[in-house]
Amino acid sequence: MSVGIVMLVHTALGRAEQVARHWSAAGCPLVIHVDVSVPDKTYRTFRDALADLPDVRFSQRHRCEWGTWGMVAASQSASKLMLADFAQVQHVYLASGACLPLRPVQELIDYLAARPDSDFIESATTADVPWTIGGLDAERFTLRFPFSWRKNRVLFDRYVALQRKLGMRRRIPGGLKPHMGSQWWCLTRRTLSAILGDPERAAYDRYFSKVWIPDESYFQTLARKHSPQIESRSLTLSKFDYQGKPHIFYDDHLQLLRRSDCFVARKIWPQANRLYDAFLTDAAGAMKRTEPNPGKIDRIFSKAVERRTRGRTGLYMQSRFPVETRENGLTSAGYSVFQGFAELFEDFEPWLAGVTGARVHGHIFGPGRAEFSEGACVVNGALSDSAALRDYNPQAFLASLIWNTRGERQCFQFSPRDNQKIASRLASDPNAQISVISGAWAIPLFHSNGDFTQIRREAALLQQIEAKNIERLRAGWAKARARIWTMAEFIEAPMEPLQTIVDEIGPQEQRGLPGLPPMVDLAGFGQFLQELKNQGMHPHLMGNFPVARGVEDAPDSPRKPYPVR
Amino acid sequence: MSILQSYRMRLRRKHAKARSYRKGLSLRPVADRTSQITKGDILLFSTLRDEDVRLPYFLDYYRNLGIDHFLIVDNDSSDGSGDYLAAQPDVSLWHTSASYRGARFGVDWLNGLQARYGHEHWTLVVDPDELFIYPFCDTRPIRALTDWLDGSNVRSFGAMLLDMYPKGRLDGVPYQRGQDPIEIASWFDPGNYMIEKNREYGNLWIQGGPRARTFFAAEPRKTPALNKIPLVKWNQRYTYISSTHMLLPRGLNLVYDEWGGETTSGVLLHAKFLDTFAQKADEEMQRSQHYRASLEYKAYMENMAEQPELWCKWSEKYINWRQLEILGLMSKGNWA
Repeated sequence: MSVGIVMLVHTALGRAEQVARHWSAAGCPLVIHVDVSVPDKTYRTFRDALADLPDVRFSQRHRCEWGTWGMVAASQSASKLMLADFAQVQHVYLASGACLPLRPVQELIDYLAARPDSDFIESATTADVPWTIGGLDAERFTLRFPFSWRKNRVLFDRYVALQRKLGMRRRIPGGLKPHMGSQWWCLTRRTLSAILGDPERAAYDRYFSKVWIPDESYFQTLARKHSPQIESRSLTLSKFDYQGKPHIFYDDHLQLLRRSDCFVARKIWPQANRLYDAFLTDAAGAMKRTEPNPGKIDRIFSKAVERRTRGRTGLYMQSRFPVETRENGLTSAGYSVFQGFAELFEDFEPWLAGVTGARVHGHIFGPGRAEFSEGACVVNGALSDSAALRDYNPQAFLASLIWNTRGERQCFQFSPRDNQKIASRLASDPNAQISVISGAWAIPLFHSNGDFTQIRREAALLQQIEAKNIERLRAGWAKARARIWTMAEFIEAPMEPLQTIVDEIGPQEQRGLPGLPPMVDLAGFGQFLQELKNQGMHPHLMGNFPVARGVEDAPDSPRKPYPVR
Repeated sequence: MSILQSYRMRLRRKHAKARSYRKGLSLRPVADRTSQITKGDILLFSTLRDEDVRLPYFLDYYRNLGIDHFLIVDNDSSDGSGDYLAAQPDVSLWHTSASYRGARFGVDWLNGLQARYGHEHWTLVVDPDELFIYPFCDTRPIRALTDWLDGSNVRSFGAMLLDMYPKGRLDGVPYQRGQDPIEIASWFDPGNYMIEKNREYGNLWIQGGPRARTFFAAEPRKTPALNKIPLVKWNQRYTYISSTHMLLPRGLNLVYDEWGGETTSGVLLHAKFLDTFAQKADEEMQRSQHYRASLEYKAYMENMAEQPELWCKWSEKYINWRQLEILGLMSKGNWA
């Protein structure tokens, strides 16, 4: 009773020799297949180097290009030789030159001896697997693939498209149900003989030779026909990236590999000396066993795929620069924009910071400089308050601010006086919570005591800008969570909207707001609006402020205009 | 991309190649050890002037990463750089006294050498004050990276320039020959970079960092570009167009992902801001050989009088590549 190793080799022959010696030292017979593309001289040197080992054979050489029939042909002829020459072999293990045994070979032998009838081959129907690459799953078996995917990608793609267009379909030979799985299997003598000696084999081979990636489906399908007992998993640890390319193991994976529960790992980087030294030792030199934890390996490699395909949301950097429509966030975390609040309430910013625990900035898109909280000139990430730098690329400024302060909610003020280049970006960002008290930009004008013609001109301009912004926030494409109140509406009942906004920002310690910040003095505001109207401007964004209203709304003590409900 | 545009790019590429050939005529070999180069060697190309004090650490750093051969153009150094380099067993050295600016800041010279010696090799083009960092560079040699790129059919690898600076005045701690410059210039700006796509060549244009923050805060457009593509599996048809910022054919500039994912990328730690910078600033102002007529040195000289520090409260101290990857300055992509 023993395990025979079929080894497919095409590069790094030195490493392959080392691994072959390791298998052989444990008493495993070997049949080695060397790719035709290896130069004859190199092949002979390799053969001679292994001449001193007993029970090593070299099988007929095929060209093993990825995704083609050659790999299957090579496995077939090597397996045939194995079964014929080594009668004691009960299980045949298919491995490659870049495979590395992780556990002492004797453990593998014992493991298989205890399961004499089990075939270890990953095998699932196409409908059930997510690993198909390039959109070809069931079509692998129903189309023809005479052109190399690696060398003639254009022809490959065109021929697939043509067959789809013409509705060409191949008939799958009778009695077969296509299955797929890892190409690295371990089959019993009985199953393997049955597959190689199948009376229909010629027809099957003809069919599979035009299937896409037959090395992942030939044995996997036929084992289903012949095996009495399939363990659908591979004993070889092999991880694939998003293009179906195997991940490679390096020296720094040593601790990870020690915790694998697999017998063999691939692919190993040929120059990973530490790995080869650590695992290719006799039982005495073998490392102390550690508790297997294959989940950790899974996590590391699935995270790598995730990083490559989805990336970190809201991060713009040298190797991630999503086109606008493809980014799901625009920014990396939620933030709040307040328009009109700082104008309406005195000391709104410190109040909001106190209530929410968030970082509350002033007008970071303001005309003079970016008004960061606490008057800082530079904030997280060494982001500067220079208006010129900010306006040079406002999107980058915003994305950087939100990315740099990950874990801390950002709030800032916005107004029609600020740089509007960012406005449509804000409206389209689902991370933005935007609250607008429309028309509140008029309060500073109302308080300014300047030349009224000037004020009138400015009011008209600001109203235009804000109207446009509100239109954006209400547009079909807007994704920001926007709330808009007219000023009149808001001061009628300011508590409720503020409560909603604050609740959305995050969980508060105490229930209900601890009172509102004092509202600015609005006595005479209605009169001011009327004045604008008299001058021919129509201030419509504030809502309805009767001429006398401002007076009513400003009782004796303007500091506490309303009770806390 | 229309046929006409493609053709125009082809003409530009041909023009750049012809130019680099012409400019290459001024190069005189000092120590030609290129016969040592064997198939698959990873080559480093550099051009320099008066960088003797940096050279010992520079060469050792890249030898440690696994560079097999250095091909260096000495632009008329007078501080002994030439002699030092000529004596190194793995360096091939050329000398020229022609204009650095006339050779488009050295690009023409190196393009010519790369065409001649770099064909089908992985080539790394860096300045003596740039240290190449890539994912796992503390545990895997550069060949692990290039093998993996080969396996992924990727021919170019991006590494953004990250300006490093000391805490305190630039001339506060003098740099010693052989010392790791990052010991002094160990700080960087972690998150104030601005990116735009260059529609013509397809590369990203990155600006920002401490130079934008201090020297160019009023004129951001003039901030130097930080995007670089220093590692390329070279082919004699290829050519760098502007420093190592971009290449032709344009496909080589696509070192980033546009669909939300991250490709693998590295960083060039730029240890320019040492005490040597002030001396250079003086000297280069006289020569006006640098990009945009020494604008940066000028800005520096003007600013340095009043604000001698690049460091700020939010500067980050360099630890390792993992830190840069967490900050989002580089990415492992799908290399695990």
